[in-house]
Amino acid sequence: MSKRIDVKDLNVYYGSFLAVEGVNINIEAKSVTAFIGPSGCGKSTFLRTLNRMHEVLPGARVEGEVLLDGDNLYGPGVDPVTVRTQVGMVFQRPNPFPTMSIRDNVLAGVKLNNRRISKGAADALVEKSLRGANLWNEVKDRLEKPGSGLSGGQQQRLCIARAIAVEPQVILMDEPCSALDPISTLAVEDLINELKDEYTVVIVTHNMQQAARVSDKTAFFNIAGTGKPGKLIEFADTTTIFNNPSQKATEDYVSGRFG
Amino acid sequence: MTVTAPVARKRSALTKGQLPAFAPYVVLAVALVLGAAILALIGFNAFGWGLVSAILFAIGLVGWSAAVEGGRKASDKLATCLIVGSFLVALLPLISVIWTVLVNGIPGIITPGFLTTSMNGVTGALDNKSVDEGTKVLGGVYHALLGTVQITLLATVISVPVGLLTAIYLVEYGNDRALARAITFFVDVMTGIPSIVAGLFSAAFFFAVVGPGTKTGAVAAVALSVLMIPVVVRSSEEMLKIVPNELREAAYALGVRKWRTILKVVIPTAISGIASGVTLAIARVIGETAPILVTAGFATTINNNVFGGWMASLPTFIYTQILNPTSPSNPDPSSQRAWGAALVLIILVMLLNLGARLIARIFAPKAGR
Repeated sequence: MSKRIDVKDLNVYYGSFLAVEGVNINIEAKSVTAFIGPSGCGKSTFLRTLNRMHEVLPGARVEGEVLLDGDNLYGPGVDPVTVRTQVGMVFQRPNPFPTMSIRDNVLAGVKLNNRRISKGAADALVEKSLRGANLWNEVKDRLEKPGSGLSGGQQQRLCIARAIAVEPQVILMDEPCSALDPISTLAVEDLINELKDEYTVVIVTHNMQQAARVSDKTAFFNIAGTGKPGKLIEFADTTTIFNNPSQKATEDYVSGRFG
Repeated sequence: MTVTAPVARKRSALTKGQLPAFAPYVVLAVALVLGAAILALIGFNAFGWGLVSAILFAIGLVGWSAAVEGGRKASDKLATCLIVGSFLVALLPLISVIWTVLVNGIPGIITPGFLTTSMNGVTGALDNKSVDEGTKVLGGVYHALLGTVQITLLATVISVPVGLLTAIYLVEYGNDRALARAITFFVDVMTGIPSIVAGLFSAAFFFAVVGPGTKTGAVAAVALSVLMIPVVVRSSEEMLKIVPNELREAAYALGVRKWRTILKVVIPTAISGIASGVTLAIARVIGETAPILVTAGFATTINNNVFGGWMASLPTFIYTQILNPTSPSNPDPSSQRAWGAALVLIILVMLLNLGARLIARIFAPKAGR
């Protein structure tokens, strides 16, 4: 239950501004891929094109192809909603729905789409998703309490549970730990390691140690200067990127001589 | 064996150069006495006494503080005096209105049958009789209360869907397009429409569509919704705007369609603000007099049909009772009824405001652990 992603010559625009230029990347199924790079280099923007969240912003558009197991996400007639049910996303800041209980937050993907689900199946799905997000033991006694009452780290894991409850093929994570303390970060990283058994995971991170800890492959993005488009500089095994990069810019960045 | 000497209780060095805690009270007492003395010279009245005493109090306290504590504390005391003074000035009309309406309205409202009878069959002769023989004042506001509730309810039923849908368009779909900008502009213009113009519009509209002389509760309700819609649009728009974009994105990322996201995530998150905004909009139009006068006329009997016949309402009831007393030679019973109706109207508005708070609390996202 996971699919690979192949990106061909992708240009990403905000209105007439070219934000990311000419990305070619092949992301394997059941792997963890990390995007690293300085702020504003287009990592998050590129990540958002992988489940068509980019175009939610006014004026945003994309040129090129993103293939999910060979099917172009940007092909004519493709419904972005269908894409998003296959490619889930976890955001930088935990954003549980404040009007819903913990249980309803996990079931949000099902309930908001008015899909019918029996009580037993719903209970099983809630438990499976929360166990999958390493949150079950902490919240099993208060499933009916509001999700906003949890701690930041728990909220983020709740958001991950919510994302995996719709059983996507791919999970995108946009700096999922940047608002979390080290303990919660560890919990989420452990979780990412477990998730890759079942899902394709793509994670944007500012923390290079985190990229080194969790990812199989790492992509380094960079930007030539303000107003210039961001580019994919190097994409290789994580150990190669951190120990023996082929590009000078990558070496400078991972060794801290830049940015 | 040494005995530690007890620390002498004296004023702390840290609080040196401060006015004692009782200073304001002393100054107030002196100001009141001085004020009374000054007013006695030019003719005493309560308002002048309050004003002169307040000025003397401010001068006295600030002057004393400047002499003892220095400039910074004196400026602080001056600012405090000005702010408290403004607060009292702002409060004065409010308390005065409530007091006047309570004093004049309670005799009306406690008359048996005031809330449960209409003015049907109440004539000037009956009013004269009640004044001459001291019997209870007949007649009441039942028909007007019913009319107000029905007209306002219909106006709400018209305005809330229109206003809420407009707000949703502006926030979720408008994207600052020309149409959205035009709507925002005209909503702002509508907010400033004088209520009588709204009444004339509605009357003219129904004269043209239904026939000349159409005066029903529904016409009044349309007039009131013209006044209500901009308020509902504005308040709902602000409430929808403060729903964090992250929640919308979270729903999109789960593969939820936009309209479902709006219906099931955005509106439930904002519902408490929207509901209290709607309640305040109702409170805003419930006391409108002019538009109802030209659209629903004024009736003395109970009319349960908003779509046919003239209809009374509390504001028009007050207006006609004061302007055209039932018994021109003995206007007191009419004025008692008018004040009673005014009290009922104020209570109604107060209940609506309390309702708004209650609704906001009930719908507010819960944050328990």
